[in-house]
Amino acid sequence: MSKKPMSVRKTSRRSKKIWVPEVFSQKTIRVIVNGKEYVRDVKPRLLLVDFLRDSLGLTGTHVGCDTSNCGACTVILNGRSVKSCSMFAIQADGKEILTIEGLAKGNQFHPLQQAFWDNHGLQCGFCTPGMIMQAYWFLKENPHPSEEQIRWGIAGNLCRCTGYSNIVKAIQVASEKIGVEQMQVEPRKQRMVRRS
Amino acid sequence: MYPKEFEYASPTSLGEAVALLKKMGPDAKVLAGGQSLVPLMKFRLASPKYLLDINGISNLEYIKENGKFISVGALTRHHSLERSELVKQKLGLFSETASWIGDPQVRNNGTIGGSLVHSDPAGDWGSAIIASRALLKIQSARRERIVDSDHFFKDTFTSAVAPNEILTEIRVPVPPDGGRSAGAYEKLERKAGDFATVGVGVQLTLSRNRKTFEQAGIGLTSLGPTNLRGKKAEKALVGKNVSLETIEEAGTAVSEEVKPTDDVLRGSAEYKRAMARVFLKRALTRAARKAGASGV
Repeated sequence: MSKKPMSVRKTSRRSKKIWVPEVFSQKTIRVIVNGKEYVRDVKPRLLLVDFLRDSLGLTGTHVGCDTSNCGACTVILNGRSVKSCSMFAIQADGKEILTIEGLAKGNQFHPLQQAFWDNHGLQCGFCTPGMIMQAYWFLKENPHPSEEQIRWGIAGNLCRCTGYSNIVKAIQVASEKIGVEQMQVEPRKQRMVRRS
Repeated sequence: MYPKEFEYASPTSLGEAVALLKKMGPDAKVLAGGQSLVPLMKFRLASPKYLLDINGISNLEYIKENGKFISVGALTRHHSLERSELVKQKLGLFSETASWIGDPQVRNNGTIGGSLVHSDPAGDWGSAIIASRALLKIQSARRERIVDSDHFFKDTFTSAVAPNEILTEIRVPVPPDGGRSAGAYEKLERKAGDFATVGVGVQLTLSRNRKTFEQAGIGLTSLGPTNLRGKKAEKALVGKNVSLETIEEAGTAVSEEVKPTDDVLRGSAEYKRAMARVFLKRALTRAARKAGASGV
């Protein structure tokens, strides 16, 4: 493959109306992950999950099936839960990502993490980061879900230990205990409150 | 798993996008939600030389009512259609269809336009556009054209959208008189989030006294090389009494006209034929009740 992008720009200068954007075989992207800004050069085929794990060292996000079935790689991208094995890092340019590492405040668990801890919402733990991130998005969408709604809400996340009962219970307990405001991850605000 | 290397562009307007497509030629693929394309690329079943990411074109994502149509931007996520109040009120078929697609993460990212252009016969949207007789707006650098839902699917994984074109809008006719029109989508799936073993979308309008079927649209999923229209089943309904007998006849008609194939994962052709009948009957009964029919 030639390193040089195709000659679209040249042609575009001839065109009066439309500026044809550049085609990249490598690009510098800027993303905010868990409140911290990262700037990295990426090739277009780098998957978002591999970018998070290998380029940024955030290995909390797991690769399970690598075929967008299992949901272990779920992260929050600009407020929406997505399977990070099924999109490219280059697509996240200029966007904000929340991963499992961004939930706790120092040593203090996020209420969802606490609920998983209290209710034994995990067995081997492999699916847990994806389960929690999906539950995080789901509870923001639907703060007071029924048990059935929770089950549909995590339909895209597989637990090979089949520990669903306690996972569902943990999400239910979390939804009962926490208000929508507490769902938000706002570490700075929280710190300021504590100091005052 | 890694796809083959490719070059990437992310235009921010439709004009830029179609101009780029023209330059890139048939080696380019348009990336919308990527929920089918990215896995295909990872399996190397697709290896485009150029990937044209249209997610930066913000004015392709909308749901709006203008007169006779509800217009849906091709980049609208399944989840937005599932949650839209306008869609719930006027196009129940579309909100039901959306809720059956993949899983929540897939619905957050996947788009109606991407799904349609992908033209998987197991795709749920195809049946919704066929049942509702939607129109599809397609744009190239040279022109804009409109295709109706009966001429959109050319073959398995092949739509009417040419390599130099982009599907931009789905125009769904607003069903007459909210109260006597209703739609429903019924899907048989092996497990949560799976593709349809069979799927049936119906859009009905009853007569004013709710005694006869005035209009009927039937779209079928996983029952042929593309999404199909249940023509014979539609004929069995229109002008007939709203009754269990009529619905039974439509069920028989549909099981005779579908063209399913045996498949190892989701059952034999015979089974799918039988399920087409059952699921059409369920969809028709539910839609007729929603439209105010009694006795079904």
